[in-house]
Amino acid sequence: MQIAHFTERPMRYVPEEEVLQNRAFFGVSNKYFDAEKAAHDYNYYLDEACYVEEVGFDGVALNEHHGNPFCSGNVLTTEAAILARITSKVKIILIGTPLPVIKHPLRAAEELATIDVISRGRLVSGWVRGAGSEQFFNNANPAYNREMFNEAHEFVMQAWTRDGPWRYEGKHFHYRHVNPWVKPYQKPVPQQWIPGVLSPETILWCAEKRYPYLGLGTALGPTCDMWDMYADKAAELGYQAGPENFGYLLPVFCADTDEKAQELGKGFIFGGGQNAFSRPEHTLPPGYNSKAAIRMLAHQPGGSWLGVSKAKMMAGQEDSWDASAYEELRQKLIKGYEKVQDNLQVVVGSPETCIKKICDILGVIRPGVFTVFAVQGNVGDKDRLRSVELLGKEVLPAVRAFGKQQDLTGPFDRTPGSVKLAPGTKRGPVVDREALARLNLP
Amino acid sequence: MTTWREETVNVAGSELVLVRGGQGKPLLALHDEMGYTGWMGWNEELAKSREVIMPLQPGFGKSPRLDWTWRHRDIANFYQNLIREQNLGKVDLLGFSAGGYIAAEMAASNPEQLNSLTLVGPMGIKPDEGEIFDMFACTINTYLRASVASQDNEFTRIYGGDMTPEQFELFEDARAESARIGWEPYMFNFSLPGLLRSAANVKLPTLLIHGEEDRIVPRDCIRKYREALPQAEVVNIPGVGHRPEIEKKDAFVSAVKKLLG
Repeated sequence: MQIAHFTERPMRYVPEEEVLQNRAFFGVSNKYFDAEKAAHDYNYYLDEACYVEEVGFDGVALNEHHGNPFCSGNVLTTEAAILARITSKVKIILIGTPLPVIKHPLRAAEELATIDVISRGRLVSGWVRGAGSEQFFNNANPAYNREMFNEAHEFVMQAWTRDGPWRYEGKHFHYRHVNPWVKPYQKPVPQQWIPGVLSPETILWCAEKRYPYLGLGTALGPTCDMWDMYADKAAELGYQAGPENFGYLLPVFCADTDEKAQELGKGFIFGGGQNAFSRPEHTLPPGYNSKAAIRMLAHQPGGSWLGVSKAKMMAGQEDSWDASAYEELRQKLIKGYEKVQDNLQVVVGSPETCIKKICDILGVIRPGVFTVFAVQGNVGDKDRLRSVELLGKEVLPAVRAFGKQQDLTGPFDRTPGSVKLAPGTKRGPVVDREALARLNLP
Repeated sequence: MTTWREETVNVAGSELVLVRGGQGKPLLALHDEMGYTGWMGWNEELAKSREVIMPLQPGFGKSPRLDWTWRHRDIANFYQNLIREQNLGKVDLLGFSAGGYIAAEMAASNPEQLNSLTLVGPMGIKPDEGEIFDMFACTINTYLRASVASQDNEFTRIYGGDMTPEQFELFEDARAESARIGWEPYMFNFSLPGLLRSAANVKLPTLLIHGEEDRIVPRDCIRKYREALPQAEVVNIPGVGHRPEIEKKDAFVSAVKKLLG
């Protein structure tokens, strides 16, 4: 099993009220950007990553977001390049490069290969489509998002492996002289792990490519369903999916006591952990989702999807928000924080509490990669570092032992997709539904 | 009441759904970026002396999407082949908002196919002052509401009450297709003012209709259209927003009828 540490690297000085009044993290005005405080934060997060390595994690995971203060990683490759130099053992896991959003796959191929070379082969190159909001803040056409994702990914694979110069004339991208003078250190290419929130199209795509799929704090029931879907597709393609094909990212807020952890964990609410706290028009931009997904949403009047109900989508902004409803919204978010804990989508507590809950979760979904999503929001350096220390020194060894006992092989223990399955053979299970039932989740 | 019907025709190798009603010389009318709203009062009035033909834009839910289209200009080309392949002869062309953008592209590339051109709150040209309202950065209802100065008119007939799942899907189809062809640059073609020279050269009779309280398409768009088409007559309708045809139907119909003769 591989265990990684992830943080959104929040800007820790933006007043909570400004976020709430904006009704979303995305779009909070950058007039609040403070270069001095940001300089501290950026440097702190790099130092924190070194400490993550020191306490024994296998990987440091980074992401990027745009147009909001809850993730300071606007261009994740800049931080990853620094980490390539200042760390020495950890995998640098990018979850991930938002190919359709940056719209320049050649540049992405060069930046990522550089990181892999400087780190002497420690890059894990994840790919994402970019959140709905990202499309707006980069003017990326959401209606072509998946097309551009697929085309850019195929292009990068070629740019990493083909000898140049060669010519590329695609639909969305055009390069007449492809000859990047940097190729990945790892041969043939670095591992690619794909994070997501259970889009069936993405899961099937991963199964076809034999890429590990990483559920981002997704509810356990639907996660089991989707992993079965992956494993069915894998069986069709002639291989048995195993833990090495799956990863899971779980918000874990660890402190010396349960009480302290609960207090720190509240930052999750206002610091971007609940990314469903987003304006509906930003969450589902036109054409971003498949027609099937839109149809499902349309026919579920009472339901919601990605935190966006049809009713919310239909509401006009002007009548769905009253600035005086600030406290009400705050309470609603706090309630949501309690709900995700009951549902085991967020784990908060002392090392002992965390270990028990994490093992319960891993026992159900059996991933080969486990990523801890660190405390969010306005939590000071000292508390953050203590949390990393407790995770590394107390939680990590116990989780690692559990992974070993449960045979949770990671993608660096066994190549994903390498276990052959003869045609007509029934595939083995990839999740433990009995263990899920025993958890009695609400 | 005029009877109108929906029929599916084949154009350029693809199916296209048309709504047709009335009798007389063809008046080709292009709906806006949110799709066809149903047969309204203005259709009824104009259908008294014309055959009103409204293509339901490819990709908006009823007519299948054309994979090869990238821009509004491409839809314009497709509709020009509708005119040819359905033997409509010379038509009068009327376009609303993004439908006006398509109509302007048709006039720019082949004005000889047209008797006249009427653009209602047309997108398509970048204004020097103001911005075309970003329909994608808001919810469906916000956009619909921003499009009128008052809802005390046919607006309620079209958009009042709860939205059915089918209508929600149609709106999402419309938004997705509008994004596909109009996301960037946002709802304008930088070349269009130059291309419209063809329509200016042949002095294509042109009418530009603009609601004085239009929050979607700034007044400067109309000025720029007028600059490209000096022969155009401009009719400003006071007290209405982006949808004069439903907000002040009579003023709208009378302006169009005056042009059509």
